[in-house]
Amino acid sequence: MTAPEAPSSPPLSAAWRRAFKAEFTTAVLGSVGMVLIAGLWIAHAYGTNAIAAFWTGSIGSWYALTSGTLVRAVPLILTGLGVAIAFRAGVFNIGAEGQLLAGAIAATVVGLQWAPVIGRLSLPCALLFGATAGACWAGIAAFLRARFGVLEVISTLMLNFVAEDLVSYLVRGPLQEHLHIYPQTEMLPHVARLGRLVPAGRLHWGIVLAVALAVLVWWALSRTAAGFRLRAVGANPFAAATTGRITVSSTSTGALLASGALAGLAGAIEVTAVTYALYENISPGYGFTAIAVAVLAGLHPLGVVGTGLLFAALETGATAMQRDAGVPAVWASAIEACLILIIVAVVARRRRHPIDAAEAPTS
Amino acid sequence: MVQQHFSNVAAFTVAENVALGSRGRFSPAAAARLVLDTAASAGLELDPSALTSDLTVGAQQRLEIIKALAHGARVLILDEPTAVLAPAEAMQLLAWLRRFAAGGGTVALVTHKVLEALGSADHISVLRRGQLVTTGSTDHFTADALATAMFPDAPPEMPTRPSPGTTQGKLLVEAVDLNLRGARGERRIANASFTIHAGEIVGFAAVERSGHSELLRALAGLFPVNAGELRLSGRVSYVPEDRHRDALILDFPLYENLALRNAAARSGLMDWSDFRHRTRVLLDEYSVQAESPGTTARQLSGGNQQRFVLGRELEPRPDLLVVENPTRGLDLRATAAIHERLRMAASAGAAVAMYSSDIDEVLLLASRILVVFRGTVREVPVVRELVGRAMLGTP
Repeated sequence: MTAPEAPSSPPLSAAWRRAFKAEFTTAVLGSVGMVLIAGLWIAHAYGTNAIAAFWTGSIGSWYALTSGTLVRAVPLILTGLGVAIAFRAGVFNIGAEGQLLAGAIAATVVGLQWAPVIGRLSLPCALLFGATAGACWAGIAAFLRARFGVLEVISTLMLNFVAEDLVSYLVRGPLQEHLHIYPQTEMLPHVARLGRLVPAGRLHWGIVLAVALAVLVWWALSRTAAGFRLRAVGANPFAAATTGRITVSSTSTGALLASGALAGLAGAIEVTAVTYALYENISPGYGFTAIAVAVLAGLHPLGVVGTGLLFAALETGATAMQRDAGVPAVWASAIEACLILIIVAVVARRRRHPIDAAEAPTS
Repeated sequence: MVQQHFSNVAAFTVAENVALGSRGRFSPAAAARLVLDTAASAGLELDPSALTSDLTVGAQQRLEIIKALAHGARVLILDEPTAVLAPAEAMQLLAWLRRFAAGGGTVALVTHKVLEALGSADHISVLRRGQLVTTGSTDHFTADALATAMFPDAPPEMPTRPSPGTTQGKLLVEAVDLNLRGARGERRIANASFTIHAGEIVGFAAVERSGHSELLRALAGLFPVNAGELRLSGRVSYVPEDRHRDALILDFPLYENLALRNAAARSGLMDWSDFRHRTRVLLDEYSVQAESPGTTARQLSGGNQQRFVLGRELEPRPDLLVVENPTRGLDLRATAAIHERLRMAASAGAAVAMYSSDIDEVLLLASRILVVFRGTVREVPVVRELVGRAMLGTP
């Protein structure tokens, strides 16, 4: 997961690396054990075809892989990246969901309005405006934080609900399709849609974009001066301000805006590549799962790709299990939660009892 | 147990802090009475209704002691209690400890000051690297014997203070009617005028909260000047008092901590191989015990961390080096190494502005001393008594 010249990381990530070294086996055994027990229980209660349904419905078949897991991974990776950037800067952006919706709204409006005018250019414009809208939505929280000291944990969380209600209003009001029957917008014209990556199936170019952005974010955090400042502010704002003479507030504002832009882009891609229209519940909580995706990856941008895929596989597999074998999808959520708990517990334990007891107080 | 770093809730009153840890119902009046009773019987003075964050360090220490006594403690363990006190306050505390012991109490005093141990203890034990080296009645020890027990190979010699600079170097800092105000507009420094020249070590002496922290931060360019003038010429480096909080990112490797210095001024890409190389040079030059430049700052001991920080701040050859409590928490040998570096920097032509809460450290290093008392700054001859009196505002 880390390159040879591994960039340093905030406490969490450092703890992670240590956890991986020393208690990797514990975590792996615990997780595998948990999954096995859950699997056996499901097999016992619902029959072995439930497990088979999970497998073929997530990564066990070409169709499920390309049309299910990978498609679902795109918004998870992008929002996860956004959350990771913010958390690395010490900004607790819990509002990726709202920023994603803001991006989806902007992309829908741009795609619908501009496609007849500027044709193919409306797609990049939709993505660009989607990212900008996400940044602006996060910008509200950034402004409140910088101007009035409002905790971003509260403001970003609250703005999620505002965004959800805004979508509800728009798809029933000004943006509703012309028959006024369904609570959704018109379908985007083909010129404003993101292309498919494979001929059959729903996989689109978004996955390439998401992975490329993960690499870009990783590179920026580890190699650029701005990325270094962001990490420094997140790891120790006092030292960043005193020794680094960094303006902490503007660095955290920048991180929050970048975070919102990535979530907004995720929303724009959902609309232009998957749903082709805006409606309520366009996101099954991608922005919330993103927090788990980012934390589980130790806030490492490349790790986010892995955990994004993992969660996408779990969720699509669970859906398949429910559809084909009648196993409630909450089973997958429960397993997901258990996995997170095991790994977080291991990390927390490691942080409290560092291996290197070299913290001698004097000399 | 009275820790070196106090464990009070800053937003609580004295009485609330004392009541913390008791069981049952909380009654403000009863808590206040408890504080007053305990304070009276112990012969200590403390206002139960004062907000803890407003207390001086000496008073916070009394609070810690009263907290312990109020819960029935008869054995007090104090970890470096005089490190944060002005000389007069330290004397008072040590005298009180004697009285407490005379009244049937027991005191375990942890200190690295040989004279303090000899002056106030009945019984002395020396610990080194987790082992009990020697123990016995105080009569059996001399200062030399104690120092040897603490540092068996080559006990550090107390270096003599350099004579006050005869030739003055270039004028580097000139403060004219300098005024500094805190975040809420309260006055920190009033109409201070002084100069600092190249090649000299100017010591700042003050008791806590006299305004010296703000003054030093202003010298380092980290605190806004409210009125008057502070003319600085040349590069300034700053070694803050709290290295874990302000100087280092503990979970970052050393080469990133090197890059942290003035990171705001950097742009474009970070040349990590260059930083690694420079870190290696620095580790060598300042004899920092670290495995590699990739070692995290957390893995270093306090002395090595401080040598690293000092080395980093001296790397760009600053004209002015501002240092605050440079040897806090370090043992004698690490302290001597830091002092040596500061002297070297000064003789190489840098001006050093140095504050220490240990007045003897200031006296040891400084060629001139500026005393800060309630926001006023004045120069005092390098004489222990005069400095000590000026710190407490007595003429």
